[in-house]
Amino acid sequence: MLTIDNLHVSVEGKAILNGINLDVRAGEVHAIMGPNGSGKSTLAAAIAGNESYEIVKGDILFKGENIIELSPEERAHRGVFISFQYPVEIPGVTVTNFIKTSINSNLKARGENEMPANKMLKKIREKAALLEIDSKFLSRSLNEGFSGGEKKRNEIFQMAMLEPSISVLDETDSGLDIDALKIVAKGVNKLKNKDNAVIIITHYQRLLDYIIPDYVHVLNEGKIAKSGNKELAHELEERGYDWIK
Amino acid sequence: MQLTEKLLSSFLAFELDIDINSSVHHLRTNAIKNFEKLGFPNRKLENWKYTSLNQIIKEDYTVFSKKRNVIDFKRVQDYFIDNIESYKIVFVDGFYDPFLSQTSHDGLDICIMSAALNKPKYSNLINKYFNKAAASEDSLTSLNTAFSKEGAYIYIPKKNVLEKPIEIIHFATGNEAALMLQPRNLIIVEESSEVEIIETHQSLTVNSVFTNSVTEIFAQKNSKVDYYKIQNDVISSSLVDNTYITQKRNSDVKVHTFSFGGRLTRNNLNFYQKNPSINSTMKGLTIIDYDQLVDHHTLVHHSNPNCESHQDYKGIYSGKSTGVFNGKIIVDKIAQKTNAFQQNNNILLDDKSTINSKPQLEIFADDVKCSHGCTIGQLDQDALFYLRARGIPKKEAKALLTYGFANNILESVNIPELKFRIKKIIAKKLGVNLGFDL
Repeated sequence: MLTIDNLHVSVEGKAILNGINLDVRAGEVHAIMGPNGSGKSTLAAAIAGNESYEIVKGDILFKGENIIELSPEERAHRGVFISFQYPVEIPGVTVTNFIKTSINSNLKARGENEMPANKMLKKIREKAALLEIDSKFLSRSLNEGFSGGEKKRNEIFQMAMLEPSISVLDETDSGLDIDALKIVAKGVNKLKNKDNAVIIITHYQRLLDYIIPDYVHVLNEGKIAKSGNKELAHELEERGYDWIK
Repeated sequence: MQLTEKLLSSFLAFELDIDINSSVHHLRTNAIKNFEKLGFPNRKLENWKYTSLNQIIKEDYTVFSKKRNVIDFKRVQDYFIDNIESYKIVFVDGFYDPFLSQTSHDGLDICIMSAALNKPKYSNLINKYFNKAAASEDSLTSLNTAFSKEGAYIYIPKKNVLEKPIEIIHFATGNEAALMLQPRNLIIVEESSEVEIIETHQSLTVNSVFTNSVTEIFAQKNSKVDYYKIQNDVISSSLVDNTYITQKRNSDVKVHTFSFGGRLTRNNLNFYQKNPSINSTMKGLTIIDYDQLVDHHTLVHHSNPNCESHQDYKGIYSGKSTGVFNGKIIVDKIAQKTNAFQQNNNILLDDKSTINSKPQLEIFADDVKCSHGCTIGQLDQDALFYLRARGIPKKEAKALLTYGFANNILESVNIPELKFRIKKIIAKKLGVNLGFDL
């Protein structure tokens, strides 16, 4: 589904990723771990198409198509989703208004009709319930004054609404207490199926107790230094990152 | 002929046409003398530093349209609020249009200035209120007073809560190559009465129109006035709107000004608080592009204790457009416990757009809460990326952020149909097809 081939990415002229290779197939969960500054969030930003991140070399193939020249919205239309580490606060735009505009923009781009209002509301209620989100929350301005946990739950709520083919969860566990973490993990597991894939970017192993990865990769200095199965995550938890270099 | 000379000589002709023995006529003659002395304001004056009328007054305006022009309702129905009952006071090229209007004398007066100025039954109220709030020293106000003849006249007696809003619409047909209009509105809201008013100036062609409007509002004890100004005129029209509001004890007056259209729009919005415990609110939303200019000059004079004023003006400027915000707050020594807030936030979308923002606080009392703030920025690039990463195309994402920025100004619009109409105008202005709500 997603093939990253020898990806080199720079930010303001500084090389951050130095040749990433990754192959994610439908139905898989991959975890990308690594110390701070190893390039984890840069990888997420490059997949999403953030224009501040310059792709110097290499390709990102999604369902066989090279997406590196595509705009962020075009990637979203094809089914790429990023759960942001720091979701932006947008005053004056409610969660409902935002998700409605997002869904209809995606449908329109795919040549489909807009979703009827009643169907939209039904889906919003259903997915909000899955993430244990109060309906009052939906009429608040997007992320404005949300707690860390609320922001992250709201990201997964959006993922549930958009039903992407690949979801990159960038440090979704940071700032979450254990209850919120369980809700988020439950949501992700519920959405997981044989046709989609998830990449979990995390510093810690604890989210991986709830969302079991098929593969674990360790990023160091902009390269995948080691890959393994879920046991690798436990090993990292015990031994830290220093032994991988 | 220069416009100033043309106006001065037209005054003589105007006097042949009206009752010069009426009680207001000496106000007109004093006013024309004042205008003769001052002329049109220029940029040497502090209050007109950023806004030049030079190009506007160069044109050869017809000062009085010669003939009454009739317009078909179908042609203009889009400018009325949809799906809602309302009183309507409609003018076409400065003349009252009885076919498009829905006035009333049923226990109140929602009618026209020419009747109020000429009929004896109104003379007591005219003598009491006409030109009593307007600043007699201001040159453009004087010019309007000199030629005051037609406009909306609204008198709401005690304890009347109007269920229908009042729409005041001034149309220009473009039958004159260039037309100057000087509507004069007088609105008196007596004790414990409530009214909602929507004012629109709309030209129907691209022929030049220059409107110099004066509105006086008297809000008596416990009264409530919600006033909405919809400034979405064509690009060849200019408007100077002078509004003077006098408030009595416990009254609550809100003025919303939505400025999207026109070539040059200057709002002089003045609040005078005559008793304690008064609330005055000014909200403004400006979205302009090209060479458009919108200038908001506000004044709140706190001359009594325990009063409040709230000002919230937002502007979004594209192209080579220019915005001006000058908010003056005067707190007299006696006006203790005043709460006066002023906020002006701006987004510049292009390198060539400009905003001049100036708070002007003159505070002589010591126990007051006064604050003012001003921001100038661009659209948040991280927010833009966030929306795009959710599949919202760049143009729509920008529009959504712009709408979000402006949203709190719309929130306090109490007429849903009007709010809907303004949202539609905003979407059109931003070139997107978004409903903005669910």
